[in-house]
Amino acid sequence: MLKVKFRMVDRHSEPEYSLGMEQMALFDVSPRWTVTDLTRHLRQLLETDQELQDVWVQGEISNLSRPSSGHVYFTLKDSGAALRCVMWKTEAARLRFAPQDGAAIEAHGRIGIYEVAGQYQLYADNLRPLGEGALYQEFLRLKALLEAEGLFDLSRKRPIPELPRRIGIVTSPTGAALRDMLQTLQRRMPLAEVVLAPAPVQGDEAPTALVKALRMLNETTAPDVILLGRGGGSIEDLWAFNDERVVRAVTESKAPVISGVGHETDFTLVDFAADLRAPTPTAAAELATPVTVLDLRQTLIEMGIILQGSLRALFERQQALLEGQQRGLRYSSPLRRIEIERQRLDELSRRGNAMQVHRMELAHARLKGLENRLAALSPQAVLQRGYALVTKNERVVFSRSQVREGDALHVRVRDGEFDAYVSGNG
Amino acid sequence: MAKNEPKPIKGLTYEAAFAELETIVAALESGEKPLEASMLLFERGQALIKHCAELLDKAELKVQTLTGDVPVEFKENE
Repeated sequence: MLKVKFRMVDRHSEPEYSLGMEQMALFDVSPRWTVTDLTRHLRQLLETDQELQDVWVQGEISNLSRPSSGHVYFTLKDSGAALRCVMWKTEAARLRFAPQDGAAIEAHGRIGIYEVAGQYQLYADNLRPLGEGALYQEFLRLKALLEAEGLFDLSRKRPIPELPRRIGIVTSPTGAALRDMLQTLQRRMPLAEVVLAPAPVQGDEAPTALVKALRMLNETTAPDVILLGRGGGSIEDLWAFNDERVVRAVTESKAPVISGVGHETDFTLVDFAADLRAPTPTAAAELATPVTVLDLRQTLIEMGIILQGSLRALFERQQALLEGQQRGLRYSSPLRRIEIERQRLDELSRRGNAMQVHRMELAHARLKGLENRLAALSPQAVLQRGYALVTKNERVVFSRSQVREGDALHVRVRDGEFDAYVSGNG
Repeated sequence: MAKNEPKPIKGLTYEAAFAELETIVAALESGEKPLEASMLLFERGQALIKHCAELLDKAELKVQTLTGDVPVEFKENE
């Protein structure tokens, strides 16, 4: 805590000599405050009082004004007194109800002084309708009770179906909550079928009506999921959703229940009992449709791709099969046998040719030998060696008995021939 | 599905059409069907996808109100 130093006018300038009474009145030297110092001092007194820094004040609103700055100014009063109050814009924006002149409320905040106006006031940070505090106590009591009974256990929570075919809605048929939910469902999952079980969502008859609506929905239409909700309001407006009967009906529902009550900051006992709590009715409709029409379209596109792919794979498999069989067919085809035979024929003919050549060569060689032998036998060769061939009338003379004296003979020698006569035979 | 006379696609709900589509895709992916049967499955799969897409295009939220015991068509008063 900052200590404020007070400037005291002439406080320490004590007179050094005493004066008479008249003079005292004229030259009063006792300490004097400036207005600022005094106000600051008072402010410090108030601000150091812990109790005044954290108060709930109860009263009736009057002179409410909300200028363009967004801050809220009003006076809280009762039959005996009035208290200036200010609520800054940021805190005022968090209010769950609109304060009005004449409304009995409880305001929470700290007491301070607005020095410029010399005015002490309540700097409020929260307002609630009178009686809400008592309701809140009741809320806590019932919550502890039901919690102890296990109604809020996480193990009780049922899963929300991904693609609900039938969606039950329990809410007011005229509220903005229903419109929000229907719009959201139409946008996200228009394939769904919605069954509305209308029920008032505030007032004395609300709890029994909500219980009946939940039971009827479960019994007559067996929805896949139930949305239970209403728009924002004061804690009293939302009170039916803290009713024990409604809480129990939620836990007894066959279909999982998604609650969407009020705003994000509102928590009701139904929220604790529900299988899933959504901050708003719109959010409840979103949570009820985790798979949207966009997802379905995407899936269809993917299915189309898979379908095309499987057909292509099928064709490729068939193609491979076909090629395999073509190879098999070629292998066992008569054409192939013919080819093989032809090849063998070629081979044979190649080998046959070689044999022929060989045979010819052999024949040639043999011929040559014969020729040589023949040549050796030729009379010419004998003549070469110096012998002569004698013929008579073209017949070879082998014996002397073949000739007589005077016979004409023909003689052939190495280099030619000549005629001769037999001169004697003796 | 292929053995019996296949149902006319026009009357199928989205769920039914999609379920059949899934079996067709599974059958085609397994590659066990002969070529001709596969071609027929493929064509039916294509038709089912088209049907599903059309159902999505036309889909409009059906809203009924439970008043008394019988659900009735819901009408917004605004």
